[in-house]
Amino acid sequence: MTAVLFDNVSRHFGAVRAVDGVNLEIAEGEFFAMLGPSGSGKTTCLRLMAGFEQPTGGHIEIFGETAEGVPPYRRSVNTVFQDYALFPHLSILDNVAYGLMVKGVGREERRRAAEDALAMVKLPGYGSRRPGQLSGGQRQRVALARALVNKPKVLLLDEPLGALDLKLREQMQEELKILQKSLGITFVFVTHDQGEALSMADRIAVFNDGRIQQLGSPEEVYKQPKTRFVADFVGSSNVLPAKLCQRLGVTSSFASLRPEAIVLSAPGDGALSLSGTVSAHSFLGAVTRVVVDVDGSRISVATPASLVVPKVGSPVTISFAADELHPMEDA
Amino acid sequence: MTAVAEKLMLPEPRGPAGRLSDFFWKHPHVLLTVLLAPPLLWLGVVYIGSLFALLLQSFFSIDDFSGLINYEFTFATYRQLLSETNLDIILRTVSMAATVTVASALIAFPIAYYAARYAQGKWKVLFYLGVMLPLWSSYLVKIYAWKLILAKEGILTWLFEKLHLLWLLDAWLSLPVVGGNSLSVSYTGTFIVFVYVWMPFMILPIQAALERVPTNLIEASSDLGGTPAQTFRHVLFPLALPGIVAGSIFTFSLTLGDYIIPQIIGSSRLFIGQAVYAQQGTAGNIPLAAAFTVVPIVIMGAYLWMAKRMGAFDAL
Repeated sequence: MTAVLFDNVSRHFGAVRAVDGVNLEIAEGEFFAMLGPSGSGKTTCLRLMAGFEQPTGGHIEIFGETAEGVPPYRRSVNTVFQDYALFPHLSILDNVAYGLMVKGVGREERRRAAEDALAMVKLPGYGSRRPGQLSGGQRQRVALARALVNKPKVLLLDEPLGALDLKLREQMQEELKILQKSLGITFVFVTHDQGEALSMADRIAVFNDGRIQQLGSPEEVYKQPKTRFVADFVGSSNVLPAKLCQRLGVTSSFASLRPEAIVLSAPGDGALSLSGTVSAHSFLGAVTRVVVDVDGSRISVATPASLVVPKVGSPVTISFAADELHPMEDA
Repeated sequence: MTAVAEKLMLPEPRGPAGRLSDFFWKHPHVLLTVLLAPPLLWLGVVYIGSLFALLLQSFFSIDDFSGLINYEFTFATYRQLLSETNLDIILRTVSMAATVTVASALIAFPIAYYAARYAQGKWKVLFYLGVMLPLWSSYLVKIYAWKLILAKEGILTWLFEKLHLLWLLDAWLSLPVVGGNSLSVSYTGTFIVFVYVWMPFMILPIQAALERVPTNLIEASSDLGGTPAQTFRHVLFPLALPGIVAGSIFTFSLTLGDYIIPQIIGSSRLFIGQAVYAQQGTAGNIPLAAAFTVVPIVIMGAYLWMAKRMGAFDAL
């Protein structure tokens, strides 16, 4: 069953086209990521699903029911807000039980449900505290419990990990993934962090300028970027200009080439090669990034840090398998 | 090495101002003391101290024959305060203050809500101007202007006549307590002018409180299934409550203490402020005047205590 359907949806603010003709279909139980830079329309799409915004054009369905014109409080969709939006005047328990309270669930029943939800996000016994007394990571979990206690059909997450530090973020990514699989709820996740989208999502929609640039599995989006923007934004692929494409026998005007698909050596069987000079390198831990200048185009190469890196200024040959080179649409 | 390092620092200042800066930098508490001493002295001695001196007077009594103050500790003045006439004054003033406060809050909230949530740029400036402008003109001029508006021959009567609603005005004025010969000599008139004059003191704190409520809390409530009415009751109102309480402290205490509005507009019955004015002036009964001033203080103290118990300051 389709959980969320966008049929040519637009949301214009005066002359600004925040969302411009978006088509999507999110399947039930899917972990779906909307990835893009700020101002790309991904958050507006999320707000259209939640009901905080109404489309200026197109049609939205949530589980087969028309969503436009339906206020947020009549949608079985819940949101985890970017800065959590916990009610500062309520205890953690009352925060989590809020959705049940406004729906008229009895005091004892909603207390039990809220405590279960807090236990699920690993914060049992925190009910009597106030949001101000919790750390950012704990508040994040409370926001998650507050949304999930309502058993939503779709859970929307607006950059929920953005304010956390790296270690906590990685831990939460894993937990969210496990939670989503065990609950079977459709998760729609907005992020500007491509690593987060790649590691968590079943499918990714890459947004730019209010439109979807590419929609596909993390592997597809990463390995075969369809446009220059996607190549740049996801995984920092090299974009080869027309003259290099011609030299390599590719007909399109741009092609993408991932840094880790390139080796710094003479070509083997069936491999393509280019020669240039090393212009910079930087040590990144597991790999070293070497920038090679090929006729004015800067191509980055990721080599294992264990290999010896040629000096800056020395000539070098780079080679790669022919099927690593992906032609792209002109954009 | 050390010679070079020393030269990197600027030389010590020679002038007294520079040396003073260095001194204050090394001893920040001294600076704080110097800055706070004058206002604290003012607040402690001149302001609160004189208030206590006044309150002390309420425990003295006046000699009925000589009219001189008898400096002996006594509760006689308080007994006098609780006489039927004086209790009547207190009750009248407190009911007026309470009604004015409730009406001000009801009128101020939508205005403050609009200003905090929707008004932007030019409209926000217009809002501030509109709210503050009445404060720039003389209090007395405004009250006399209201006397003309509310008078029997005034514009309001004329308006009711043109709208063929004069019967409504007459019906209201024929009611006991709130009625009278005309609006300008009725409690209704006093009430209208009080609400008008104190309105800015209610609007501004509520607006400030509402402005601090993040929009995403309203969205979160709606997202969790709260209808607009539920969102108001469970999120917006509790978070605006400190502002409403702050505003009500102004409207309530200002009404309790005012003696000019009820004198110009309203029936000739006294309010606390007028009683204080009469007792310390013509009657020369300073102890009773002092006892009257204790009433608003006690009422405000009780009011704040209740507000705190109700959780009005939890969101601060």
